[in-house]
Amino acid sequence: MKLFKIKGGIHPKGRKEATSNKAIQSIPLPTMLRIPLQQHIGAPATALVEKGDLVKKGQLLAKARGAVSANIHAPTSGRIIAIGRFIAPHASGLPGTTITLRPDGEEAWADRPPPLDPDTAPVDELAKRVAECGIVGLGGATFPSGVKLNLRNRYDLKLLVINAAECEPYLTCDDRLMRERAEDVLTGVRIMARTLGVERVIVAIESNKPEAAKALRTITKASGDDKISIVEVPARYPMGSEKHLVQTLTGKETPARALTADIGVVVHNVATAYAIQQAVCHGRPLISRIVTLSGEAMAEGGNFEVLLGTPVSHLVEQAGGLKHDPDRLIIGGPMMGQPLSSLRAPIIKGINGILALGQKQKQAPPPMPCIRCTSCAAACPCGLSPFDMAQRIRSDELDSAVDIGLLDCIGCGSCAYVCPSKIPLVQYFNYAKGSLTAKQRADHKQEETKRLVQTRDARMEKMRREKQEAMARMKAERAAKKAKEEQQKQAAAAAQNADTETKIKVEA
Amino acid sequence: MTDVTSGPFLHSGASVSRTMGLVILALVPSTAFGLYLYGWPAITLFVVTISSALLFEAIALKLAGKPILPFLTDGSGLLTGWLLAMTLPPWAPWWIGLIGSMIAILLAKHAFGGLGQNIFNPAMIARTVLLISFPVQMTQFLPPLPLSSANAPGFREGIEVVLTGHAGLDALSGASLLGSIKTQLGQGETLPSILASLFDMRDAAIGSIAGSMGETSALLALLGGLFLLITRVISWHIPVSMIAAMVALSTLCHSLNPDLYLGPDVHLLSGAFLFSAFFIATDYVTAPGTDRGKIIFGAGIGMLTFVIRTWAAYPEGVAFAVLLMNATAPLIDAYVRPLIYGRTRKGTPLSYPDDHTKGPTS
Repeated sequence: MKLFKIKGGIHPKGRKEATSNKAIQSIPLPTMLRIPLQQHIGAPATALVEKGDLVKKGQLLAKARGAVSANIHAPTSGRIIAIGRFIAPHASGLPGTTITLRPDGEEAWADRPPPLDPDTAPVDELAKRVAECGIVGLGGATFPSGVKLNLRNRYDLKLLVINAAECEPYLTCDDRLMRERAEDVLTGVRIMARTLGVERVIVAIESNKPEAAKALRTITKASGDDKISIVEVPARYPMGSEKHLVQTLTGKETPARALTADIGVVVHNVATAYAIQQAVCHGRPLISRIVTLSGEAMAEGGNFEVLLGTPVSHLVEQAGGLKHDPDRLIIGGPMMGQPLSSLRAPIIKGINGILALGQKQKQAPPPMPCIRCTSCAAACPCGLSPFDMAQRIRSDELDSAVDIGLLDCIGCGSCAYVCPSKIPLVQYFNYAKGSLTAKQRADHKQEETKRLVQTRDARMEKMRREKQEAMARMKAERAAKKAKEEQQKQAAAAAQNADTETKIKVEA
Repeated sequence: MTDVTSGPFLHSGASVSRTMGLVILALVPSTAFGLYLYGWPAITLFVVTISSALLFEAIALKLAGKPILPFLTDGSGLLTGWLLAMTLPPWAPWWIGLIGSMIAILLAKHAFGGLGQNIFNPAMIARTVLLISFPVQMTQFLPPLPLSSANAPGFREGIEVVLTGHAGLDALSGASLLGSIKTQLGQGETLPSILASLFDMRDAAIGSIAGSMGETSALLALLGGLFLLITRVISWHIPVSMIAAMVALSTLCHSLNPDLYLGPDVHLLSGAFLFSAFFIATDYVTAPGTDRGKIIFGAGIGMLTFVIRTWAAYPEGVAFAVLLMNATAPLIDAYVRPLIYGRTRKGTPLSYPDDHTKGPTS
């Protein structure tokens, strides 16, 4: 298949060899599962259980609230021992509402919805099942998959791209999933394709995962399915960026501020395909996922099938623990991942990796000044000038940074990766985007206040006018009345005069 | 924004000092050849220029209250001093090197705010100020007297030449090729006859001619330039557009009147043209930030160099051309914006080539 070139991008060392040969393992149940109500973008789910409740595995614990929210299910059977604030796996380390479940070790399943036939079930039913089972995009974006599968209602879709690029260094969970569960993955892909009503499917895998490509190809060949092509794309970060992947495969550039669906393409992550197969064919809600444990400080590392809610500390212990104090603990990949604030935080739907990078460093040297070498601009896959944007942000000209593309930045970090002055560019941009949102919110509020004041003023003005008018009317009425009285008086006087006159005349 | 809360948590390993180091490495062949060609006086001047550049860098950092060690070792001060030395007449007196470093580091670099903040190329500012202020010392070139040759000054003698000025320098020195051409053209001679006696293509390419300390060898400059291109320290845009503009203009004029206008061969091989194309014009700080901007910038330098060399009062024009284009770099950056993903050159979102949105009826 002909591939198209994308601009920019970098070639970080893959570092995947540490775990790519380690088969997916499961780990023993932890003593406690911590299940945050926010495991997806959109509003947190609403808890349906209370402290003290006994729950079964797969039972609905919290219900989606709002358009882009997702259901949350019990990862195992046990007792709810708390619902309250608990540390969340997020850079801020801020706690979020969390259900704490103490497993009873029985692994007793709740009633599961009956299997659906991938090839004959009505597509609405399939999308509904996916939404019910709480499936979200497992590549990290955590967008509810059921919503995405319904895009056919609003768009005329031609192509489904399965994002199996896995371009972040260290991560191998998708690689292992494809190698070990190729058949189920492809079933999931077929379900997605059918639900979306697309004519073609491309599974895009970075060329550094030949075994995964081979595993999938073997199955598509055997089944004679010519709708699905397995395509190896160049290993170049950020190949996994949705719009860039689509451009590589189709040559089409998604317009700014548009979705790939606007050019007829939908992108789903490969791990999501597997989760969908599980939900459709086995009625299994999303209660576990595959996580890569890696990094220089990780003693063993590997790929693990982990129940959602498992504390990171438990996972790390089961994987052999840490060799030494890591320089950094990361959730996700090293390029776009986030620092992990505490090992006590739980695994949630969007986490594809836990990395313990390098040996503890002393204070890192401060960044050097920008020398305008423009290697950041050369590395930017979005055609931006990071050095220029950073300069403008530094001098607090946020609007001017927006003018040159701040909001087109996908935060991939290619710029900061190559910067010889080691300027934390992504941090600048995140900061700027954050303050812009805050400013927008403030502006909106101000606007709203202004509108309210104006409405009130208008209302007052109207009332005043009405009062005035009423007064004027009353005055006019009074005047009219007076005038009328005057007239009558005059008329009476005139009549009297006339009378007198007549009288005089008569008298004369 | 002090604690790193955003990725990436990996880094390519690139650093300012590594970049500067690569440029210096690329300069080594030209430098070694120049020092060999012009002997101990050149070596002495080289040492004076570089050490004074580092000294002024340290002073400026101290005055600015910046941490001295990390900035002094970033290689930028060393590189500025080195580049300046390459552009000086090899037997110039010591104070030329010292004043040059002072102008480059204090005036051109730190007065603007230090590394990354200057508008003009420091070495070119220094060279130009020196040329205007001390025209005699700055235009006394001498034919090569390689270290191996019999009448080359020795170690002690070489230091003496630079410290006291002129030990028999007057007898030896003369103008560079471009200078001679300018003078003799003014006396009514035609180019072919001048060139026949002065210009030898092989010597000009190798660099065994009269000229600045590190700029005479076109081949070694090219070698260093290729190294910079291969190691991706520089991109092709500036050198290629600069050379192309020069070749285009000189070919055109030369074909119109070969008696009056030098051909592209002489232009490329003489003076500081190739050296500047790879080492001076490509200075990150003072060049535009986009690839298209760089092409305009390079072409501008090529054109201006040709114009100055051909019609202006000075025989060599690269330094002026670079400074003039440095001044336009911010303007170029303001007008030549990069093409952002999903947007047109104007910055508006692309229109959907084939709209897949379903109408409200479907």
